[in-house]
Parts: sequence; C-alpha cells; structure tokens
Amino acid sequence: MKLTRIDVLICFGSGCISAGAPKLKERMIELLDEHNMLGEVNIIETGCMGPCDAGPVIMVYPEGVFYKKVTVEDIDEIVTEHFLKGRPVQRLMEDADAERKAQTKKEIPFYQKQVKVALENCGYLDPESIEEYVALGGYEALGTLLTEKTPEDTIDIIEKSGLRGRGGGGFPAATKWRFARKNSRFPKYIICNADEGDPGAFMDRSLLEGDPHRILEGMMIAGYAIGAEMGFFYIRAEYPLAIKRIKLAIEQAKEWGLVGKNIFGSDYSFDVEVRSGAGAFVCGEETSLIASIEGERGEPRPKPPFPSDFGLWRMPSVVNNVETFANLPTIIRKGADWFASFGTETSKGTKVFALTGDVKNTGLVEVPMGITLKDMIFDVGGGMTAGKKFKAVQLGGPSGGCLTEEHLDVEIDYESLKERGSMMGSGGVIVMDDSNCMVNIAKFFLDFTVDESCGKCVPCRVGLKQMQQILTKITEGNGTEADIDKLEELGHMIKKLSLCGLGQTAPNPVLSTIRYFRNEYEAHIRDKSCPSRVCQNLYYFEIDKDKCIGCSLCARKCPTKCISGSREEKYTIHQIDCVKCGTCMEVCPVKAISTFPGIHSDVSAVKDKVANDD
Amino acid sequence: MQKDSVLYQELREVINEKKSLRNPLIEILHKAQDIFGYLPPEVQEFVAEELNMPVNKVYGVVTFYNAFTMKPRGKYVINVCTGTACYVKGAPRIIQMLTEILGVELGETTEDKKFTLTAVRCVGACSLAPVFVIGDDTYGRIETRAQLQGILDKYLKDEV
Repeated sequence: MKLTRIDVLICFGSGCISAGAPKLKERMIELLDEHNMLGEVNIIETGCMGPCDAGPVIMVYPEGVFYKKVTVEDIDEIVTEHFLKGRPVQRLMEDADAERKAQTKKEIPFYQKQVKVALENCGYLDPESIEEYVALGGYEALGTLLTEKTPEDTIDIIEKSGLRGRGGGGFPAATKWRFARKNSRFPKYIICNADEGDPGAFMDRSLLEGDPHRILEGMMIAGYAIGAEMGFFYIRAEYPLAIKRIKLAIEQAKEWGLVGKNIFGSDYSFDVEVRSGAGAFVCGEETSLIASIEGERGEPRPKPPFPSDFGLWRMPSVVNNVETFANLPTIIRKGADWFASFGTETSKGTKVFALTGDVKNTGLVEVPMGITLKDMIFDVGGGMTAGKKFKAVQLGGPSGGCLTEEHLDVEIDYESLKERGSMMGSGGVIVMDDSNCMVNIAKFFLDFTVDESCGKCVPCRVGLKQMQQILTKITEGNGTEADIDKLEELGHMIKKLSLCGLGQTAPNPVLSTIRYFRNEYEAHIRDKSCPSRVCQNLYYFEIDKDKCIGCSLCARKCPTKCISGSREEKYTIHQIDCVKCGTCMEVCPVKAISTFPGIHSDVSAVKDKVANDD
Repeated sequence: MQKDSVLYQELREVINEKKSLRNPLIEILHKAQDIFGYLPPEVQEFVAEELNMPVNKVYGVVTFYNAFTMKPRGKYVINVCTGTACYVKGAPRIIQMLTEILGVELGETTEDKKFTLTAVRCVGACSLAPVFVIGDDTYGRIETRAQLQGILDKYLKDEV
C-alpha cells in the first residue's frame, strides 16, 4: 500500500460539486505535480460533509484542518503554505467573524451538537471505494449476523434499539420486519425507498452518494432478518449520481462475494436490482412505490393488506427508507443499548435533517432525537441569516406543518411534533424569516399536493383542489370570513377520508398555518393586506419623494411605463397600471422605493366603482 | 420516422437487453426518452409491440409520470427547482426572469429549439437555493438577470 503524508478530503457532495469542487481537485493535482508531491498527498473525493453553505469545503488530515469557500486561487496557497511549509491557511478556516478561529472539525460549532450514526462515514470516505468502507468496519455487522446470529436475533436487536422508520411515518422497524418474517410465502422482497420527493430534503441523496455501501449493507441486514433474498433500490431519476454510486457499490460487493450466493460461507444468498423513479411524488408511498416497480402507474392500494403480506408481485415485502438502512450496520456493531442511549422515551437514536432556508449554516446535519428546535436552528444552524428575524420553521415537507417561535423549546421527536400539528417527515427543515407570508407558503404546499395527487381517490383529488381555490381567492384579496372555517372543515375531512399518506397529510400545512398564524389569514381577508408583502394583489410600491433624486431611472426601466414625473416634481407610480414586478425598487440608486401592505386607495377606489357599476 | 431507422434499432437493442427483467417498462421508457428526446405515440406503439402489451398501458404510464414527455424538447432543458427552499429564496423570480429572457412560458420550447423551460420539484441542492439545472450542471444562488443571461449565453454559443 502507498504511504502518504497528507490526506486531502475534497467534498464531492452535490452542493460542493456545483460550487466548483471538481476544478479545485484538478488544480491541486496540477500543483502537486509541479512540486513533485503527488506521491506524498492522497486526494479523496468524499460524499457530503454537511456544511453545504460553506462549499466547496476541503478537509486536510492528519490535522483535521477544515477549509471553507475555497477558490481555485486559494489552492495555490494551500499547497505552498500548508502542504509544503506546514502552515495551515488561517484565512480559509471557519468563521471569519468569530473571535477565535476554529481550527479543526471538532472545534467548529456546526459539528458540536451533532451525533453521527447514519452519517458516520459520509464525507469521510471515498464513496466509490469498497476498501475504505471495509477498513472502517464495513460489512462487519453483516458478517457477524450471518455467521453468529439468527434472523430472529437480528429482529430482537433492532427491536431493543427502538429504531423507527426514518421515512416519515415512524413505524417501528422491527415490528414491520416481524410481520414479513412470519409470513411463510416465498420469495420475499426487501425494498429501499429512495424516492425522496419532499421539496427541501436531501438526506437520502447525500447518504446514497456519500456512503452507498452502508445502505447496501443495511438492506442486506434487513433482508436477512425477514428472509428476503432479493432486494430493490427505488431511486428518483433526478438523482443520477446516487444511482451511479449505488450501482457501482453493488458491482464491487458482487466482486468481493458480499452480494451473491452463500455470503460469508452461510446459507444466505442475496441479489439486488436498481430501479429508477420517474418523477411522481406519490411513489414515496410504499404501495405506490411497489406499483411503480411493477411497471404500473404509481397509484396506491388500500391498506390492509400491508406490503408485509401482499407487497411486490403480491409477495411479502418490506419497504424501508434509506436512512433506516443506514442506521442498521452501526446498531449491530455498537449494540442496541448504545443506540437507545440517544433520544427520547419514544424516539431513539439520531435523525438526519436537511437544514435549509433563511439560516446561516444550511446543510446536512445529524442530531440526537430530543434536541430542541432552538438548538438545531440557532446552534447547529448558526442562527438566522444576517439581520433577519425568525418567524416559522416548516418540518416534514408538504405533509408537515409550520411551527413558530413559541415552539422553539420543543424537543424533537415523532410524538411531540405530531401533537403540535407538524411531523418528523423524512427530515426536511425549512427555516423562514419574517419576509415570508404564511398564507402564501400554505398555498405553495397545496399547489404541490394538488399537482402530485394521483387522482385515484376523490377526497384528495377534488377536496385539495377546493382548498386550493379558496386559498387562491384569499391571496388575491377576494376572501370572505367564512373561508377559514371552510378550509378547516375540508382539511379535516380530507385527512380522514383519503386513501394514502399523501391525502391524509396534505392539509397539514394549511391547518397548521391557520392554527398558528390565523391573524395573517384574517389580515388577507378583512384588511385585504399581506403583512409580509408577498401576495401581489395585497401590497403596493410607493416612491418616497423626500428621498427621490428625480434621476428617472425607474421610469425608464418600468415595463408598463406607469411611473412619471420630473427632476423637480420627483416621480410617482400610477398604481392602477403597476404590475408589481419590483424592477423600479431594484434599480433605484437611492432606495427611495418601498413596499407597503394593503391595497392602495387609488386601486380600491377603482374596484369599488366597478363593483357599484355592476 | 421509419421504424427501421438507427434510433429504433438502438431502442430495440435496449428492449432486448432489459426484457429479462421483470416489468421493465419504466426503465425502457427512460432509455427511449434518452434516445428520442421525447415519447411520441409512434415510439409508445413500438415499445408496446416489442413488449407484447396494449398501447394504452404504455400511454397510461407515460402520462402518469412527470419525467416523461410527449412533446419534443429543446437542445437544453432548463429545470428550475421549485422546492420549498428555492421557493422561499426566490424561485418564482428566477422563473419570471427566464420567461422574459427566453420569451416562452413554463413547459414551452424556444422557437430555435435551443431551450425548454420547465420546473421540477426539488433537485436536492437546497443549500444553494435558488437553483436551476441545465443538463448535468447545477447553477445556484442566482440573483440577477445579468447572471442568468451570462449562463444562457454559454449555452447559446454551445460552450458547454
């Protein structure tokens, strides 16, 4: 084996790739070649390290120095100063504004409250190398189980660990397995749900791209437990890199005899296939996903019977989420008690979240269950982006709900979130500042679910459409007092009557925003005003004549030519023709133009006149 | 197009290769769309015939999934991410600017068949929001029209 002095880990997660990581690598190789150091430095492309916001990021071992927002020019300095002279480049290390510069990964606040189980190796190893995975204890768990434990033992261990499904529902993994195990029909199938459709979520993507062997090993552990000798990965077509890496992992595992006949000399054989999704959100629902693998339209089936009895091709099947599989190898290696030592009474272990929105450190984080929202947003996430005020946090994607400031001390687990009208979901966390209109956000999610409803059952297909129409009316300023009640009534009905998880949860964003931001709905309806100035009909632009310097730039750029005036008289917006494109505000050199909530008196006068004439 | 053309030949090879899988329809349609760029009725008929299944089943699957299209697309497909993070960070504005620059609405193709403008749910690059994807390239944190224009120009000159 080649001995090297320095290991350079370049993050090749999707975020860092688009931020330019491949060019950094190219330049580094070029420079190392120039300095004749290629033999001394080992460059590794890793999966997502987490702090996507700081990308592209580079980690240098043995010191564990962490460089962020690295440019091609910076590479010169890193090579000559750090690699040649042994002086890490302080300038590129974490937190330019902090008093003391963080040096290594351990000292960075972003990582301090995190506990990595599923993400243990993500961002640390080369995802395309089975050797590295094995060197870090990979496939040891599978080997132990196949040679020393029975499938029943395996289920017992997982039951003791308290692991619950990480895809959103939170159903205990061991219980699901036991149902499938008990069924005496063969063949059985184990399926990996990687149809991560929640907007704002990229946990599964990062896991598959960053540590594919772990997911494969997890799948085989589950397969062994239920007695399945065939597995399927169902991965969204939007994630080509994830598909490529998992295919490569399977190939390598086959070469090493870890997938195939009589694994580790046992009686257990396993084969696996990759199927890609085709862009349908409902396919994240397990029965739809199964229909999709069968080559059909991805429409859900009524449950029961559950897939554990009648699943893929009507045979006993278990569908688990990527993250659920990712936890398995570590639980087996470190023990159920160790895993259960993290978390709350009902929710054990850790959870991976994709932290995004108006927060400083966006990225992939893994925290113990039971952490408060405050700790996650303000400590791990580093707080709000400059100068913004926290307003709400949306968890669980289109099926989840918004929580507010009063919930910041809530400890995150499956139950606590559900009680408050939100849910764990797959783990998307979107932090919103006060520039977001909650009615508009609710409408955004509803637009999404209306579009993605498969149309099989009436409550979801027709009911959501009705809710969408009411919301549209409200955001356009035509809402009436009765609308809020109607939305609530419809919402509760749809939740009760829909066939699958999509419809049963789709009203959540609307219901939770009505619950916590009722005043905003009322402002839209009663005052015809959008307090956050998002809904186009319910706010207006105006020029402050004291600030206006009469340069005419706004009037020249206005697409509807609705601004007029002169240097002396200053400029005025004719409200009736204004389309609220915001161009004037963007171009004004002295920031004399601002927005105001409500409908301008000129516009309402015309509206009233039209109404009277009718 | 003649059914014995090179493209159909290629599709036939794909079908023969995938035939051994159980229910390979969706996998085959993905490849067919890669080959033809879209899935016109003729291609669907061809697939149905080769797989010995009714055309209505193929049509049912094609129309169900967002990834399949029956309309021809431009050389470059611009997928604007409208996931929550991007939405909150300004995806609607990106779409508005792109429709103005390209002169087409969402789902349409420019007259010179260069660009098709579409929206996707979430590309999972939320930390770079707002994001759009052209081919395999992801562009994030776009704020101004000039930045957009600069990116489109590269494609207009085929410098990619």
